Parts: sequence; C-alpha cells; structure tokens
Amino acid sequence: MTPVQIALRALLVGFVVVLTVITGFAYGSFLERKLLARFQGRIGPNRAGYLPIPQRGRKERKLLGGVLQPAADAVKLFFKEDLTPTKADKWIYTLAPMMAAIPAIMILGVIPWAGKITIFGSLFSPYFAIAPGINVGILFILSLASIGVYGVVLAGWSSNSKYAVLGGIRTTAQMVSYELALGLSVLIPVMMANSLDLGEIVEAQRGGWFFVQFIAAFVFFIATLAEMQRSPFDLLEAEQELSAGYMVEYGGMRFGMFFMSEYMAMISYSAIMATLFFGGYRGPFVDTYPALGFLYILGKTLIGVVLMIWIRATLPRFRYDQLMNFGWKSLLPISALNFILTATFILLKEEGIVGPFIDSVLKFFVG
Amino acid sequence: MGNPILFLILAAVAVIAAVMMVRSRNAIYSALFLVLNFVTIAVLYLILNAPFIAMVQITVYAGAIMVLFLFVIMLLGAEKLQGFEESSKGQLWIAAFLAVVLIATFAVALIQGDPSSSGAVAGLDSSPSNLGLHLFKAYVFPFELTGVLLLAAMIGVVVLSRNSAKRGKDA
Repeated sequence: MTPVQIALRALLVGFVVVLTVITGFAYGSFLERKLLARFQGRIGPNRAGYLPIPQRGRKERKLLGGVLQPAADAVKLFFKEDLTPTKADKWIYTLAPMMAAIPAIMILGVIPWAGKITIFGSLFSPYFAIAPGINVGILFILSLASIGVYGVVLAGWSSNSKYAVLGGIRTTAQMVSYELALGLSVLIPVMMANSLDLGEIVEAQRGGWFFVQFIAAFVFFIATLAEMQRSPFDLLEAEQELSAGYMVEYGGMRFGMFFMSEYMAMISYSAIMATLFFGGYRGPFVDTYPALGFLYILGKTLIGVVLMIWIRATLPRFRYDQLMNFGWKSLLPISALNFILTATFILLKEEGIVGPFIDSVLKFFVG
Repeated sequence: MGNPILFLILAAVAVIAAVMMVRSRNAIYSALFLVLNFVTIAVLYLILNAPFIAMVQITVYAGAIMVLFLFVIMLLGAEKLQGFEESSKGQLWIAAFLAVVLIATFAVALIQGDPSSSGAVAGLDSSPSNLGLHLFKAYVFPFELTGVLLLAAMIGVVVLSRNSAKRGKDA
C-alpha cells in the first residue's frame, strides 16, 4: 500500500473506533450510575427512555428504564451557558479540557482490537488497530499517560481558584509517583513477549495469558487507577475538601470534556490491561473466526470497567500521606523486585543455565 | 529525511515556540511553549526514523521534567514577573552575537561536511531492540556511569532533606 492509502485507512479505522469508544463512554457513565446505585441500594437513573413491552390486560412493562439518560446528559451539557471566570487565564482555561481529552483518545491508536482479519475485502495485517505494527507501542502509551497530567494541572492553575490549584498540585505529585510503578509493571509482559509491539504481546500469549504474572497485573491495575485519578485515588476532586478540585470552575461542555476524558481513559486502560495480561483479542476459536476477537477484547474491557466501578463503590479515599507511602514504599519496591526476578529467570532460561527441573517449572509458568 | 515541507513546518513551530518561551512574561506560558518545543522535536525524531528516541523525549522531557517545572512554578506562585527588566542591558547583544556565531558554525559544518555520509544515518536500524543492544554492549560503560551519577544525585537529595528536617526539629 502507498503511504496515502495507509493514512486513509488509519483515518477510517480511527473514525470508527473513536466513535465506538465515545458511545462506550456515554454508556460507561450510565453503567457507573446504575451500578453505583445498585451497590448503594438505590435504583439509579430510570426515567429517560425505555423499551415498552406490552402486557395483556395491564399497563405495558417498562424494560431498560433510563437507556436514553446519556443522550439527555449530553444535551444538557451542550446547552448549558459557557462561562469563563473573570480572573481566569482565558487561553489556558480553554486549552486545559482539550489537553485532558486528546491523550485519552490518542491512546486508542495502538490497541489491537482483532487479529489478522479481512473486512469488506481489505486485509488488516498484522492485526486490526488504528496504527498497527508500531514497534514502540508500549512507549507510546507510557508517553501519553505522562502527558495526560497537563489537562488537570493547567485546569487547576488557570481557573484562578484555591481549590482548583490544590487539586492540580495533588495530582501532579500523584501521577509522577505512580508512573514509575506503572512503567515497571508494563515491562514484565514486554520482557515475556520480547517486543514493545502490542500485537506481538497478544500473539505471545498464545500458550497462556501473562496473568501468571499476577503481581505485575495487580500493580498495573492499581497504578492505572492512580493515573486516571479514579477512586480510591481521587484526591484531586475530593468533594469534602476541595468541592470538585481542578474542575470546580468548569461548566457545560468544558466540564463534559473532563468527564469524557475520565471515561475514555477507563476504557482504554482497561483495554490495555486486557491486552497486556489477559490475552487481548485472543480466545477460543479466534484463529478460525478472527471477528470473534472484537467480542473478546470488548468483553474483557467491560469486565475491567465494571471492576473499576466496583472499587469506587467499595473503598474509601486514601489520605495523602497514605497515598505517597503506598506508592513509593509498597508498590514501587514490589514491582522492582518482580521486574528483577522475572528478568533473571528469562535470562537464565535463554542461556540454558537452568537445570532440567527449573526449566520444567519455568515452562509451566512462562510458557 | 522524509518530506521537506513537513520538516520546514515543524522547524518553524519549534523555533517560534523556543522564541516565545524566552519572550513570554508568564512562567507557565514559558513552560508550555517549552513543552510544545519538545513535542515538535519528538516529531522530528519520528521523521528521522527514530521512534524510540521520540517516545522517550516525550515521556521524559514533556511528561516528567516539565510537569515538575509546572509543579514548582505553581507551588511558589512565581508565574508573574511584574516589573521585571533585563538584568543586564548588554545581554541581548551578547545573545545575538552568540546566535550569529552558532549559525555561522552550522553553515561551515554544512558546507564542508560530506553530504553522502548523511545517508548512512537514515539507513540505520533504529528499532528499540537494536538500540538496546548497542546501549548495553558497545556503550555499557558510559550507560552505567550515568546510572551511578543519577544515584549520587538521588542520595544527595535524601541527605540534604534529612539534614533540613533534623534542623527543623531542633529549632
């Protein structure tokens, strides 16, 4: 293919994927409200839209009450008055929501959604992604994760409000601290697959999921929660202390963009976790029917998102010193130790130094 | 070196961002222009077929170092430099002179250099695995030396912060 064709295809695939995930964001927020309500013994949003099921002799049954709630929310956000605080820094105040949303969307670029597949007569090889075959895919994700902090920090600073600045400062320290644990835990699948390409990492899980490295998987999950500022790491928007933290001065669709970036990040990090540790698009019969890959990765992603919501309903928020102690004194040493042990094992295995006994044990674990 | 038009656009953005970084009176704006400059340079690395360097550039410089800069600026509240004048009047002229010297050096290097050797750089295998092999085989000693240097800096910070904490307790 010529470069122009490659670019056009990437645009087309990107359009479809981003639209799908934006729909996913809308229903992710609905899912969160519904699930949180259920966890707390409430019903949740159930007014906007339903599927009428006619019943003989009685009033019709209302199924799936509230399915149109995301649409109603979107309309509300779009038609709200677009306020800018008088003392805010106009340029950066406008820029900040975009800086939050753009990295969250860009991460979708390298996630493989299916294996080698033919759709409408065009072959997607080596796998189906917006930008397949990037040999630094993992680094791309890490760099976007590190860029993501700007949106929050700039929102906090430009609003010219004490609460917002405090939220922004809290986030900076938190994200810089947890990035290290995130990076170290990501390196484990990289070492086991011997590649930085996400598609090759998925293919390397043919013999078994990398979840055998469950310590790395848990560290990754916790670190992503901290990177997204999801509960229990949501100190930056602690209602009781900072009202809404960095976004206290934002309203309308500008607030909507922060809201969107949070759910987009939830979906993409969850998809990345599925890719790195749970076999990505791989599952039964996926070699004969590659289209099943879409279902598998979407299902795995959904499980990850539900897990995040569940944790929000369960755990109380960390105190700031607990957050820092946990990040630096528990998470980082554990993932560093895990990293060194895994690297040593893989090296011993490759060099053929290990005896037959250890070799068989390794075969059992590493595959 | 890919598309010359693309390169010119990126170069213009990088230079303008650098100039704006020096000229703007607000430290936050300066930091943001520097971030823009770093990101543009990263894209230039991508054009030069060096994706690993590009990603590391964004992660380390734009993602870690500049975030800490912003953190410090916000904590100190030092973003506004009101009534700030150039510390020395001759600074601008010295800077202009040095810039001319630098450009002249570049020009001499470009004219006298062997243009055929630049093709060798573009043809290199710059994949992460090849880069890693070079780093840990040919350049392992400088690499480890850098590690020791960073460790020394880290220990220095720990020692300094320990001392100040103890002094605070005594007082």
